[in-house]
Amino acid sequence: MKNLFLIAYLDLKESIRARWFLIYSFVFGGLIALFFIAGITESQVMGFSGLSRLLLMYIQVTIIILPIFILITTVRSISGDRDSHILEYMLSFPISLAEYYWGKMVGRFITVFLPVFLAMVIAIIYGSVMGVAIPWAIFFLYSGLLFALSMVFLGIAFFISSIVKSSEMALGISFFVWIFALAFIDIALISFMLQNRFNEELIIAVALINPMEIFRVAAISLFDPELTVMGPVAFYILDTISQPIFVLISIVYPIGLGTLFAYFGYKVFSKKDLV
Amino acid sequence: MIKINNLTKKFGKTVSLNGVSIEFNKNDAIALMGANGAGKTTLIRLILGYYHANSGSVSVNGMNPIKNRQKILQHVSFVPQLPPPIKLSLKELMDYVCSSSDIVRDDIFHYAKEMEFELHPNLNKSFFKLSGGMKQKMLIAISLAKKSDILIYDEPTANLDPKARDNFYRLLKTDEQDKLALFVTHRIEEVKEIVNREIYMDLGSIVSDKNV
Ligand SMILES: Nc1ncnc2c1ncn2[C@@H]1O[C@H](COP(=O)(O)OP(=O)(O)OP(=O)(O)O)[C@@H](O)[C@H]1O
Ligand SMILES: [Mg+2]
Repeated sequence: MKNLFLIAYLDLKESIRARWFLIYSFVFGGLIALFFIAGITESQVMGFSGLSRLLLMYIQVTIIILPIFILITTVRSISGDRDSHILEYMLSFPISLAEYYWGKMVGRFITVFLPVFLAMVIAIIYGSVMGVAIPWAIFFLYSGLLFALSMVFLGIAFFISSIVKSSEMALGISFFVWIFALAFIDIALISFMLQNRFNEELIIAVALINPMEIFRVAAISLFDPELTVMGPVAFYILDTISQPIFVLISIVYPIGLGTLFAYFGYKVFSKKDLV
Repeated sequence: MIKINNLTKKFGKTVSLNGVSIEFNKNDAIALMGANGAGKTTLIRLILGYYHANSGSVSVNGMNPIKNRQKILQHVSFVPQLPPPIKLSLKELMDYVCSSSDIVRDDIFHYAKEMEFELHPNLNKSFFKLSGGMKQKMLIAISLAKKSDILIYDEPTANLDPKARDNFYRLLKTDEQDKLALFVTHRIEEVKEIVNREIYMDLGSIVSDKNV
């Protein structure tokens, strides 16, 4: 365990020094700043205003871009170390493969989760300084969603990282996964399947396998359905499943899925040639 | 200490090791030679438990290096063919090696000094920003500080200036008793003084093995 935390800590320090981390933090911090500057908290559009609107916009953008950020920065963590022979040297010390793999995972999780979470915390602090009402329910839900979102894509990234031989291949697969998850969002899925006359349950079930779709629906689930543009799948889901249960699913399922991917990644990592 | 029995390792169609059988014992100081691509690095990686063999077996101190990697690696020092571009600072790298093995930090300083490498002013520098020779000196200092019974060096002197080479061989010589040292090298004259066994490999097989 001692070594696991050491590896997590060193990976964290290494990431914080890296240029991608700087860009990453600027993007999400900048997003919040931009929303404030644009006066989103003040405008009254469609009946809901203030911080809830800002947080909703933030999470909607984040759901789209966070996965690709996580994938491209993380997918190279093991395969890149293998390419550059860093793994060969680091693993010549008596450290267990589990400590190495899970330590990297913990370190990366903190690196990707903290900036997106802190950006939201800053919004809350800034909002309360400005005297805006704080939508705590939304804040907690979104914190949970961001946690789950980080987890599922981190798990997928580590899985890819350990199954492929080179980091370039890993990068290619990441883009594919991201585009695929995006393309299956609502509209594309619906129009495709309606044309082919699939039944409703099947459409919903397929939509719900995709963590990105789940996040999208969960993000708007706290709002009045009349006031948000949700699309047919979201509408149907929230009409069928009770909101608290769906929120629970939206957090537990991605975390489970991410853990599963990470676990398979570990199995592959420890069973294959290491370098 | 190391027993290799009929070991074969293939990558796709390339046969990198072809039924190699050999034993390395305590007090052996071995020069492992052979043309590029002969399979030297592959053999070392199998000893370190990085590769799964296609057939045959490796045992280090009676143990399987994949199943018992932690137990075995406690007693092994390894310096790779090329120093990798590790992004940690020297201080962080020392944290890592000291915490994962029983290395005493002061010993690294001691051996760095013996290698004429100024460790103190470079502590917060990233490892990959050191010069090639400095990197190698650092890895050598760590390998000696580990005080292992098995020392494996894959062409460790490639980037070293002549003075540093002399220092390295001098340190090894004072430290050789009851150990097993394996040097991959392309320059036998350089290690003649410290080795007592010369092994040649070619095309994945051992072609000669003589005590000197
Ligand atoms: N990971 C790998 N994937 C595919 N082929 C490999 C791999 N590692 C080694 N080989 C092949 O195995 C053969 C032996 O390589 P090895 O690195 O063991 O040679 P070497 O004796 O260390 O050579 P050098 O003196 O150049 O370091 C080469 O033909 C090489 O191309
Ligand atoms: Mg080699």
